[in-house]
Amino acid sequence: MSDDAPRSEPSGTASGRRLPGRGLAKGLAVTLRTMTRRSVTDQYPDALPELPPRSRGVIGLFEENCTVCMLCARECPDWCIYIDSHKETVPATTPGGRERSRNVLDRFAIDFALCMYCGICIEVCPFDALFWSPEFEYAEEDILDLTHERDRLREWMWTVPVPPALDPAGEEPKEVAAARKAAERPDPPEQPGTEPGRPGGRGPRREGEA
Amino acid sequence: MSDVLEVALRLLAVLAAFLVLPLLVGQAEHKAMAHMQGRLGPMYAGGFHGWAQLIADGVKFAQKEDIVPAGADRRVFQLAPAVALLPYLVVLIVLPVGPNGFVGQVVDAGLFFVLAVMGVGVLGSLMAGWASANKFSLLGGLRTAAQLMAYELPMLLAAASVAMAAGTLSLPLIVEEFEWWWLPWQAVGGLVFFTAGLAELQRPPFDMPVADSEIIFGAYTEYTGLRFALFLLAEYAGIVVLCLLTTVLFLGGWHGPWSDSLGWLWTLLKGTALAFVVIWLRTSYPRLREDQLQRFAWTVLIPLALAQIALTGVVRVVAQ
Repeated sequence: MSDDAPRSEPSGTASGRRLPGRGLAKGLAVTLRTMTRRSVTDQYPDALPELPPRSRGVIGLFEENCTVCMLCARECPDWCIYIDSHKETVPATTPGGRERSRNVLDRFAIDFALCMYCGICIEVCPFDALFWSPEFEYAEEDILDLTHERDRLREWMWTVPVPPALDPAGEEPKEVAAARKAAERPDPPEQPGTEPGRPGGRGPRREGEA
Repeated sequence: MSDVLEVALRLLAVLAAFLVLPLLVGQAEHKAMAHMQGRLGPMYAGGFHGWAQLIADGVKFAQKEDIVPAGADRRVFQLAPAVALLPYLVVLIVLPVGPNGFVGQVVDAGLFFVLAVMGVGVLGSLMAGWASANKFSLLGGLRTAAQLMAYELPMLLAAASVAMAAGTLSLPLIVEEFEWWWLPWQAVGGLVFFTAGLAELQRPPFDMPVADSEIIFGAYTEYTGLRFALFLLAEYAGIVVLCLLTTVLFLGGWHGPWSDSLGWLWTLLKGTALAFVVIWLRTSYPRLREDQLQRFAWTVLIPLALAQIALTGVVRVVAQ
């Protein structure tokens, strides 16, 4: 109040010195103006907040996509994903064919008391079995209840929003670009060794040995 | 018999005002400050926009344990909140609200009485700071003492200027004498009086004695429960008293249209506007440092107050 703030006005203004107390009046004006505006508070329990589309609330498991590859459990920095599984043999589909074995998920649990919401498991899943959901109201009285088992994780899937539309001005997705390039190639070379254009990671659920 | 009844009724009315007005100011501060900061403030207590928040706070404080530290000076420690609070009740008795005896009790040297008793309120903080046996409390108490020393003088000088202008020390007579041109004439004195009063109440931006970011809560650090609430109540009662007193001395009290019938309303309106300014200042300005605080009192307020007295004297002599 009694201190003169260092004057940092651009040199060459009309009046060399400003009116004393100008800063004080300005401060009062700011608070008064703020008071006349609507406040920005969301009254949370009464009104739910509008969350951005990629909010990290809880992780949902789309277990139909899971192949028990264990990548998520191994990449998890704090080891909060628990997976149990066993192998089953599938009888041969054609007579004389070979029996196949496949993984069957027994348990998939995420301990949200340990989870630090880094999202690495979701990034690393090659089969799109894990998703972010914006739901966040799952506080518990008992810390053990924060370990969400398979059923509960599956239930969260219903709350996963559709992915936001791509930016029309943005770059073309890699898969589309690769496919288009392949289609536009002038002379299709008839070579047996050509790779069948694999869409990166977004393939259908594959059955096979782990 | 009717005299006794009348006195009892007047005192009861003053007591009711003393219990209600500080709460109103406190609630207004909750809401006005919140909206000035882009928040909503209390919204739940009582249902409608948190109108009962301070009642809820009072209930909470009453439930809390009353702790006296082992090393404290027990008697003084327990007495301090009362010493801080009661002077404002006493002052409220002699403040004239409306014309024709709308006042708890007329005191001939009312101005003198009011300023003397208001000074006692600060003693409560001093007692609390000294009796708590706590470094932070002691620091806060000593800062309170330094602030009292620095700001009592400009406050008295500014009040003396009004007394000179009116030629009386009686508060109702001062208001009777008031003319509209006193506003510009006593403007500087009014500003000095109001600012110094704020400093004596330890309101932001003059809240160095209770600066919570450096000495916790100054003299009130060790207090809990109801005694702590009494200190807070004293602060808000102090705001009420300061605003009403400034109204009476510098803003013409009950003067205004239809002052014969609505005089009391004018006093309250002017006081309310001043209380809003108190809240507004708190929200807008950062805390003054201890040295700035002292410098502001001794190099700005006291010279201004002396200049006001000189101006008042000159105008009085010339006008006669």
